[in-house]
Amino acid sequence: MSKKKEYLKLFTKGLVLENPVLRLVLGTCPTLAVTTSALNGVGMGLAATFVLVGSGAVVSLLRNIIPSKVRIPAYITIIAGFVTVVQMLVKAFLPAIDSALGIFLPLIVVNCIILARAEMFAAKNPVIPSILDGLGMGIGFTATLTLMGMIRELIGAGSLFGLPITSSFIDPMVIMLLPPGGFFVFGILVALSNALAENFGKSKVSGTGCENCSACGGCPMSESKPEEVENTKSVTAENTKEQAEEEKQKKEDKTNE
Amino acid sequence: MNNPSFAQMIITVLLAGIITDNMVLSKFLGICPFLGVSKKLNTAFAMSVAVILVMLVATAVTYPIYVFLLIPFGLEYLQTICFILVIAALVQLIEILLKRFLPPIYKALGIYLPLITTNCAVLGITLLHFTNQRIIDYAATVPGGYQSFKLFALCLFNALGGGLGFLLAMFLFSGVRQKLERSNIPKFLQGLPITLIAAGIVALSFLGFAGIV
Repeated sequence: MSKKKEYLKLFTKGLVLENPVLRLVLGTCPTLAVTTSALNGVGMGLAATFVLVGSGAVVSLLRNIIPSKVRIPAYITIIAGFVTVVQMLVKAFLPAIDSALGIFLPLIVVNCIILARAEMFAAKNPVIPSILDGLGMGIGFTATLTLMGMIRELIGAGSLFGLPITSSFIDPMVIMLLPPGGFFVFGILVALSNALAENFGKSKVSGTGCENCSACGGCPMSESKPEEVENTKSVTAENTKEQAEEEKQKKEDKTNE
Repeated sequence: MNNPSFAQMIITVLLAGIITDNMVLSKFLGICPFLGVSKKLNTAFAMSVAVILVMLVATAVTYPIYVFLLIPFGLEYLQTICFILVIAALVQLIEILLKRFLPPIYKALGIYLPLITTNCAVLGITLLHFTNQRIIDYAATVPGGYQSFKLFALCLFNALGGGLGFLLAMFLFSGVRQKLERSNIPKFLQGLPITLIAAGIVALSFLGFAGIV
């Protein structure tokens, strides 16, 4: 029973509490680039979910075999393999999505979400939790991308999923489909999610995902990360590690009070 | 207008890379370093120089691999996996070489190099050489297409243009951010949201260049 609950928690944390886009701020490039329509958001999200689940499972299976010194290249190879599979599948069955996503489909390889989950979660946990984690993160990513796509499509083209909604009586504001619109909508969504997080007593996001991501070993933005990674082995320890240091401090302050 | 000369193409590609098809502001490649490393002018500059360097070297290596190895053997589908591995290995190699032979440059750029491995701008530019409509059109007019040296040189200029565009965006934006630090911002917009909205406004200004090239 408790195990089931734990699994459920693993799955749901990617949806809201640790939403990869709005809470961890990972994978900003595809988030901004492909969300010009809701359908593109869904396509990108599902492709990334497939890669997340697949690479999570394989990395977790090989976690005791891969030497830690070459782990990043090994993960990149595994991820690139799954990305190639997705690329071929999408090209064969969904050519419209393929041309809409363009270069961002192969660029899933360097999407920080996937490498970060492989490094922070799948490398330290058994297969089933890793798959659930990937699935949760992937669905969280898909949901956010779809939401952003819907907002931009509704304001920018007056339609939703290609069906005309407001285009007959409101002039669409094309700026929303252009690059600046992506930045604006994303900025406002992050502000909203920060406001919500504050209401529920969670910390707000301050910087980019690099502070939460230890994938790039010598990252100048997260100086103390590499040692921390070695120390955390279990799921529970993992959870505490992922919270930003600010959050920890805040909680400590609260308990002290 | 039909069949532009080589020199014309170089200028077009450079201008497009820097201004109209700006890497960061219109193609959304390399957003993470754009938001993460742009707090200070000097780190933004060092990061951009490292990106330009890696983009040029990565193009010089991946282009021949794709054109002379993958296409003749019908292995185009291995492009992604092959490019990312080559880039990852290259970045390591550059790091080792710089450390050994040019320690001052290593000191300035070293910490940014591992970051660049997973930078989508670098992988993006190597893939874009083969999907950029302008370059594809030009390749059709040159004897030998992508296999000619002219195309190779053009792609190097394309990489240079993309890198310079990245530098320009980083430079402009770090200036904007330094102003932002000192301004009075509504509480709910502080931090990342205002940074994104400022980036949106910078991107808006670049829209004004649309149609120049």
